[in-house]
Amino acid sequence: MKDNSYASVMARKNEIMKKAVGIDYSKYEIEGIAFDYEKMMDEVGYSLEEVTKIQSETSVGNTPLVKLKQINRLVKIISPKGKGAQIFLKDEGANPSGSFKDRRAAVSVYEAQKRGYKGVIAATSGNYGAAVASQAAKRGLKCIIVQETFDSRGKGQPEIVEKARACEAYGAEVIQLSVGPELFYYFLLLLEETSYFNASLYTPFGIAGVETLGSELNQQMIEKTGKSPDYVVVTNAGGGNLTGTTRGLQKTGAFDTKIIAASVDLSGLHMASDTDFNRKSFTTGHTGFGIPFATFPDRSDVPRNAARALRYMDRYLIVTQGETFYVTELLAQLEGMQRGPAGNTSLCAAISLARELDENKTIVVQETEYTGAGKCPSAQLTFARENGVVVRTGDPTENNPGSEIVLPESPEQLHYTEMTMKKIKTSYIKQAIKKYGKKEFSETELAFMAKDLKLTKEVVQNIITTIK
Amino acid sequence: MSEKAYNGQWVKIHNIILEPSQRAPAVPEDTKKCPLEMLLNGFLDQDEASIGEQVDIKTVIGRTVKGRLTEIEPKYDHSFGKPILELLTIGPKVRAFIEKGDSNER
Repeated sequence: MKDNSYASVMARKNEIMKKAVGIDYSKYEIEGIAFDYEKMMDEVGYSLEEVTKIQSETSVGNTPLVKLKQINRLVKIISPKGKGAQIFLKDEGANPSGSFKDRRAAVSVYEAQKRGYKGVIAATSGNYGAAVASQAAKRGLKCIIVQETFDSRGKGQPEIVEKARACEAYGAEVIQLSVGPELFYYFLLLLEETSYFNASLYTPFGIAGVETLGSELNQQMIEKTGKSPDYVVVTNAGGGNLTGTTRGLQKTGAFDTKIIAASVDLSGLHMASDTDFNRKSFTTGHTGFGIPFATFPDRSDVPRNAARALRYMDRYLIVTQGETFYVTELLAQLEGMQRGPAGNTSLCAAISLARELDENKTIVVQETEYTGAGKCPSAQLTFARENGVVVRTGDPTENNPGSEIVLPESPEQLHYTEMTMKKIKTSYIKQAIKKYGKKEFSETELAFMAKDLKLTKEVVQNIITTIK
Repeated sequence: MSEKAYNGQWVKIHNIILEPSQRAPAVPEDTKKCPLEMLLNGFLDQDEASIGEQVDIKTVIGRTVKGRLTEIEPKYDHSFGKPILELLTIGPKVRAFIEKGDSNER
């Protein structure tokens, strides 16, 4: 009989994963931190044409690109003369299960079916669960979703409970766990028991699936405005959305488009804390995922993460909870589109960014998500109050994650805080030093880090020497 | 007298996956004090059972799982929340702001 203790199961991790994703990651290892990212993406992933075909089989993609006329009018009013870029929104909520995650799930579930797996499993508390469940339903595979749902009082976060409902509606089995990273341990046990496919968010399949989002929005912008977008703003959590979208943009020639990441500030809240769990008011698109995954991508459920945000990111803008709820309301009230809230993080950053840019520039906010019970702002703010968080109107700079959500009084108060690229890239290098337990990296490793950070080897080496 | 569930009824079970002493080393102190718990819905796979008993269920995909019966016909309890005054005033205020802004531009 197998030893199913925590330590033993974790020790079998690589063996379990190899079976469950069908990828031999050791083929791409080079040395230490370095691995052959592009070779892995080429060999394992699918081309843009193949992905488009796979996604069209299950009606994924081809979502509308909407010019936000009323919000753009508002931006003009609050911008200096000659400023106020035009914002467009890619309405990914129009996908079958209501988010861009259908793109990722479509390819993973296709792969699972092709390779003869009987079912798929995904560890996710987000829209990805509904996406995998929906795609599994379409392809006739069984599906298990494992969620981190409730705290030690048994209180479920309403947005996650809603996603459980959606998964069950698509015929999936939903396993709900209390707070803690050992969800991964239980996930491994399930993979062993069922021999299902791990529809991880972080395999090359999941990332290839998002590339069509970038290529589609680029083509739509060319049709509408005659050129590629100047800026694309991406809500950033695990980095897959940003990675896939940028790769898709670049594969269709949009090399000059600036890629702006946006996350909701959850600083001060611990992601694995039982007491902080129900005080976050956001389940994704926040700094609690965005920063750790950007600075050490290989923390995911697969040995090598195909989502590597810093390879593609030009700027990282942080917005507050209160501002994101406010902008969610603007989208509903001014554009007649009830979406989000998490997908509206990037819209929030885009409005502030648009005010600084010339009026002939264009910005694409590349995602929306479906909303409803548990997900809409009134559900989250009611829940926040029940958990002792103050909700009020005022100066959004006074927003304090976990204790106070401050909704702006006026659109002029919308702002962002910039997380500088220098700071986040330095954090990446600090993480590398910590995880690999060394400060001396080979030329190959330096070259890899340089690629991962869009820097030169010399700059990487210089940063290493400044770290004590 | 405790409520009874019958064969084929939709129920929720509860399990402890890890006791506090078995939790991962890196887990924060507040989380480490609690067990890792699991909840799962399925069809009761035995004649009958009372709340609190160890039971077998069959999940929607046909897996048999054991656990302690915690709820019979569990329902989703999430909602749209209460009316939030701070949200309700955003629309009217921003519309007035746009109207005023447009007339200033003219």
